[in-house]
Amino acid sequence: MSFLRRRKPPKTQNSEPREIDGENEDDDKKRNPKTNLREDKRWSCVDSCCWFIGCICSIWWFLLFLYNAMPASFPQYVTEAITGPLPDPPGVKLLKEGLKVKHPVVFVPGIVTGGLELWEGHQCAEGLFRKRLWGGSFGELYKRPLCWVEHISLDNETGLDPSGIRLRPVSGLVAADYFAPGYFVWAVLIANLARIGYEEKTMYMAAYDWRLSFQNTEVRDQTLSRIKSNIELMVATNGGKKVVVIPHSMGVLYFLHFMKWVEAPAPMGGGGGLDWCAKHIKAVMNIGAPFLGVPKAVAGLFSIEAKDVAIARAFAPGVLDKDVFGLQTFQHMMRMTRTWDSTMSMIPKGGDTIWGGLDWSPEGDFNCSAKKLKNNDTQTADQSGKGSLGSTKRVNYGRILSFGKDVADIHSFEIKRVDFRQGAVKGNSLINTTKCDAWTEYHEMGIEGVKAVADYKVYTAGSILDLLHYVAPKLMARGDVHFSHGIADNLDDPKYEHHKYWSNPLETKLPNAPDMEIYTMYGVGVPTERAYVYKLTPAAECYIPFQIDASAEGGSDNPCLKGGVFSVDGDETVPVLSAGFMCAKGWRGTTRFNPSGIRTYIREYDHAPPANLLEGRGTQSGAHVDIMGNFALIEDVIRVAAGATGEDLGGDQVYSDIYKWSEKINLQL
Amino acid sequence: MASILRFRKLCYVEPVKCSSLGFQSYVTPKVGKKDDGIVPKVKTLVVEKKREQQQKKKRQPKEWRCIDYCCWMIGYMCTTWWLLLFLYHCLPATWPGFQVPESPGTRLKREGLTALHPVVLVPGIVTGGLELWEGRPCSEGLFRKRLWAGSFSEIFKRPLCWLEHLSLNNETGLDPPGIRVRAVPGLVSADYFAPGYFVWAVLIENLAKVGYEGKNLHMAAYDWRLSFQNTEIRDQALSRLKSKIELMYLTNGYKKVVVVPHSMGVIYFLHFLKWVESPPPTGGGGGPGWCAKHIKAIMNIGPAFLGVPKAVSNIFSSEAKDIAFIRTFAPGLLDSEILGLQTLEHIMRVSRTWDSIVSLLPKGGETIWGNLDWSAEEGHGFSFAKKGQASMSGNNLNNSNGRRSLQLKDPVKYGRIISFGKVASQLPSSQLSTFDSKEFPRTNTSTNFNSLCGEVWTEYDEMSRERIRKIAENKAYTARTLFDLLRSVAPKMMQRAEAHFSHGISENLDDPKYDHYKYWSNPLETRLPDAPDMEIYCLYGVGIPTERAYVYKSSPSEKCKNIPFRIDSSAEGDDGSCLKSGVYFVDGDESVPVLSAGFMCAKGWRGRTRFNPSGMATHIREYRHKPPASLLEGRGMESGAHVDIMGNVALIEDVLRVAAGATGAEIGGDKIYSDILRMSERINIRL
Repeated sequence: MSFLRRRKPPKTQNSEPREIDGENEDDDKKRNPKTNLREDKRWSCVDSCCWFIGCICSIWWFLLFLYNAMPASFPQYVTEAITGPLPDPPGVKLLKEGLKVKHPVVFVPGIVTGGLELWEGHQCAEGLFRKRLWGGSFGELYKRPLCWVEHISLDNETGLDPSGIRLRPVSGLVAADYFAPGYFVWAVLIANLARIGYEEKTMYMAAYDWRLSFQNTEVRDQTLSRIKSNIELMVATNGGKKVVVIPHSMGVLYFLHFMKWVEAPAPMGGGGGLDWCAKHIKAVMNIGAPFLGVPKAVAGLFSIEAKDVAIARAFAPGVLDKDVFGLQTFQHMMRMTRTWDSTMSMIPKGGDTIWGGLDWSPEGDFNCSAKKLKNNDTQTADQSGKGSLGSTKRVNYGRILSFGKDVADIHSFEIKRVDFRQGAVKGNSLINTTKCDAWTEYHEMGIEGVKAVADYKVYTAGSILDLLHYVAPKLMARGDVHFSHGIADNLDDPKYEHHKYWSNPLETKLPNAPDMEIYTMYGVGVPTERAYVYKLTPAAECYIPFQIDASAEGGSDNPCLKGGVFSVDGDETVPVLSAGFMCAKGWRGTTRFNPSGIRTYIREYDHAPPANLLEGRGTQSGAHVDIMGNFALIEDVIRVAAGATGEDLGGDQVYSDIYKWSEKINLQL
Repeated sequence: MASILRFRKLCYVEPVKCSSLGFQSYVTPKVGKKDDGIVPKVKTLVVEKKREQQQKKKRQPKEWRCIDYCCWMIGYMCTTWWLLLFLYHCLPATWPGFQVPESPGTRLKREGLTALHPVVLVPGIVTGGLELWEGRPCSEGLFRKRLWAGSFSEIFKRPLCWLEHLSLNNETGLDPPGIRVRAVPGLVSADYFAPGYFVWAVLIENLAKVGYEGKNLHMAAYDWRLSFQNTEIRDQALSRLKSKIELMYLTNGYKKVVVVPHSMGVIYFLHFLKWVESPPPTGGGGGPGWCAKHIKAIMNIGPAFLGVPKAVSNIFSSEAKDIAFIRTFAPGLLDSEILGLQTLEHIMRVSRTWDSIVSLLPKGGETIWGNLDWSAEEGHGFSFAKKGQASMSGNNLNNSNGRRSLQLKDPVKYGRIISFGKVASQLPSSQLSTFDSKEFPRTNTSTNFNSLCGEVWTEYDEMSRERIRKIAENKAYTARTLFDLLRSVAPKMMQRAEAHFSHGISENLDDPKYDHYKYWSNPLETRLPDAPDMEIYCLYGVGIPTERAYVYKSSPSEKCKNIPFRIDSSAEGDDGSCLKSGVYFVDGDESVPVLSAGFMCAKGWRGRTRFNPSGMATHIREYRHKPPASLLEGRGMESGAHVDIMGNVALIEDVLRVAAGATGAEIGGDKIYSDILRMSERINIRL
């Protein structure tokens, strides 16, 4: 029962009967006055239908008219009547305090939130010129799904445009103010900044094509050059006031890349000179920063099961998860996302040192059931001995992927692992690929390959990269040119001048800008994916052979495991460790990653779900995207934009155990 | 099955339909009810319906009542409508049999043209969108919504609020306190003026066909209400444009940009050319070589170089067509007093706060636009009786030296841009009762009169009856005396705007006073930059009657808040004359007369003149107007009208070729249909 097939036949079959209906109605129309006179009326079925539709329409129009005639402040009035007076939005509040526009503001949107529009397409995309394919209503996803997937994908060899297709980022503030109608991303922040006097000339959305690797945005679109030129322009036209940069999610890494790029010499970099950042940037206010990557990205690449990376699924879960179209939607999604180089920038960085080994992880003592309570001291004392088997509550977060729940729990000595890298013969493809509509690289692996992957049992952050190289060779081959995920031993090594290291905070130095400030602002108190329990899906030929084992539940014994996912504190997407470590330890003070001693501030926002439906997505949310509507965060941003320093804001604001966890990471600084 | 289908359609299509036809939606039932002489509210209708259904359940004999008929009718219409809509959506995008003509972009791509030079588009007046950034309480919920362009739905919802937000401060010409309305940035600002009414969209689409995209295509959106220098002072629009051009030059392999300004954008860009090379603080500090380094060609579309007579009538009595676009949009609504308000007066008050309109007043005075008895276009007028004119114009040429010679058939006195009464527009000047318009008493404001009128006032309310009478007594105004007239009737606007614009002809371009920015947008008071390799194109339509002079009447009424002057639409010329409903027409593109669009390229800048010291090449490309052959063509692919020309295939092809690297000679040099060369010949200006 394909959707398309269902739609077409009725059209052709029914056009005739419908015409006959129409004639009948015409006849009735002529006959009716007469029958009326004779007072002998008959309600035919058609008449009743028409009457019914007419009624519905009239009521609908009447309501629509009322709605349009309604004053714009009416919904707010109702809300206030029910919940009591709302607090002033931060913009209004701070305007009353006398804050005014001062520093220009640059927004850097994250992955998937920016709109993409079509500039050149294949035949099937007729009439979509300069229409949004990504962002907005996603109407085309339903109308012509295959065409849509084809246009959103990139070339699997080059990671650039496929021939004959040009999809480009929407520019301007509209690029990412709303992701879909009613689903704000930057809109609330923009509206509040506007209250204290910001407008187009002092706000700039650094929209970029988030599918490309960072350096490719410069190669193809010269996006980095545009950002540089725009920042220079804003500083020049606003009386030399430095900009405040506000990156969100992947935009954080993108801007990290930018800061290295802009100071690097010309062919590879922007040639801005060694003091460009010091001259142009006042503060970088990272929101929901995945500095060290997110475990979600692994699941996303491995089996397309992450949530944020494929937001499209969150949008229409039913449509995409099942085979509504008679197509393997999942496989299409996998094929599509694996052409996007940018997803690789989010793979956990720093390997086992940061994310934990087989038996150890910095967050090991995290207590999921009592998030808000401080862990008691005895447990903390336990942690000094890394490998201790002591507490049963401890979760082996280091094992980012494990096959089977029992494997996730038992000690590493007991796990029998077969190394897939030498053992298995790869490429023995038994499956006739033509049978599968959507071809994924798993089909090339053959059954032995798949089995070998499962036999390795447990993957830590270090071995994840090998795994991904094995299952997604093309993606990783492209990605290795653009991204690196290690830790630098010696930052002065000339190899670190290559652009692939620029987006990894553990392999670059911050620019020499002692007056600059770096904030990391993120939500806490939302369970966040950190490690996964996987299983093999045996039967399917054309399906992805691995799936999260949704039946793996920790129970009261281990409350962190739910539906096959070990969760930890964070903002639903980024674990606290990834968002906070660099500011808590890696860059704090003068370290080798931060030679000029740029000041860092941690601002955490405790998650409070919206009290009622009227609040929408909440004004105190800590979730990854919803935090952009968090009043406390907006207030902090506005204060800094209006000239405050980190000290004026109150310095650090920490609710989580980030300091303790950072302490446990053994990294040379 | 059919009913299921219908129901499904209801779910699918209804929201779309209702939102797109929201206006029609509540008109239709009203009409139906009126016919039956009943004015029930729909709520009672619902009750009736329930009762009806109860009756139905009881299986009582049913009666066809008025309401049922209404519902039945509406239902019937809706169903048919949905069916048609559904069929329409099911149609293949390209109809077999109906061959869509190939777009120039596709054709040129096949010829091998690819994007080479970055392109900058500069929109004109009124076509750019404006959005709200800060407003009064009445504009609640409109943050970052378009007030200008787009659907204009706010005009209907809250007209007074809308007008208040679009006005500027009458003293400063900048934002009123508490209101910030800003230009929409990016290509969306002027691709469509209203849904379906393209401005730049067709050109953009064709440029994209040969490979243009965001990185080499830029729309220089600016707030078109402000005077040009104020766009820099308030929004830094000129600095942004400069930085954008430099960036595009850098990131596209050091390829110079091709600039495509339209209408008022032409003089805006002229202003930019001077600004960018002037030293700061008033200038951009780009240095003398900036234009030569960054600009390959300027392709002016429908250029209003020397102003448009339309701007005069607009300021004088807000009756022009193009500038007050609102009126063409909803002519009935605005002209009459449906809303119980003096709409025209409101519009006058708003548009008089827009400095930019002053930039469109005729420049060059009587030398260019003609005096009481002579004009360059006489004999070249636009005859409604078609043709037979070419030979006549030849005769006139010979006679043109004797200016006052009374011929058998009087040439139209286009020089009298405003004349009171049809007779005054035709009499020889010796019989005309004129006096020096500078005699107008200026400070004579009768306060008691002012107090009578409520809060809505135009500056006419401040003027006494005698002054209005006196203005009408002076029978005819030329391009020179016009300014005295306007200073008298719109003192505040002219005072503000004359600090920003100048309309004369310079005697000596080396005079240091010409460094002031108010001269920069007047081609007769500035030099072109020193850029011998740059090319200037004048692309415009011809073959459409274009307003050139007006016959006015005074309409004094006791009512206050009234504009005392009106175009005398009863003044009609004989057969074959250029006068129609009080307006003298001449050849042009519906808004800009040929003289204004073509003179600089035809004579003022041709070769090496004092206005063009480096001798850059100028090319005139005219496009003869051809109305669309059928409705399917929409606004026509060979139109020459001021805005519709942006969809003209030949023009698009020229722009694409130049953007892809061609020079003016390669696309065929001049292409002239009008008498512009002869007209220019007759203008006596020192070069």
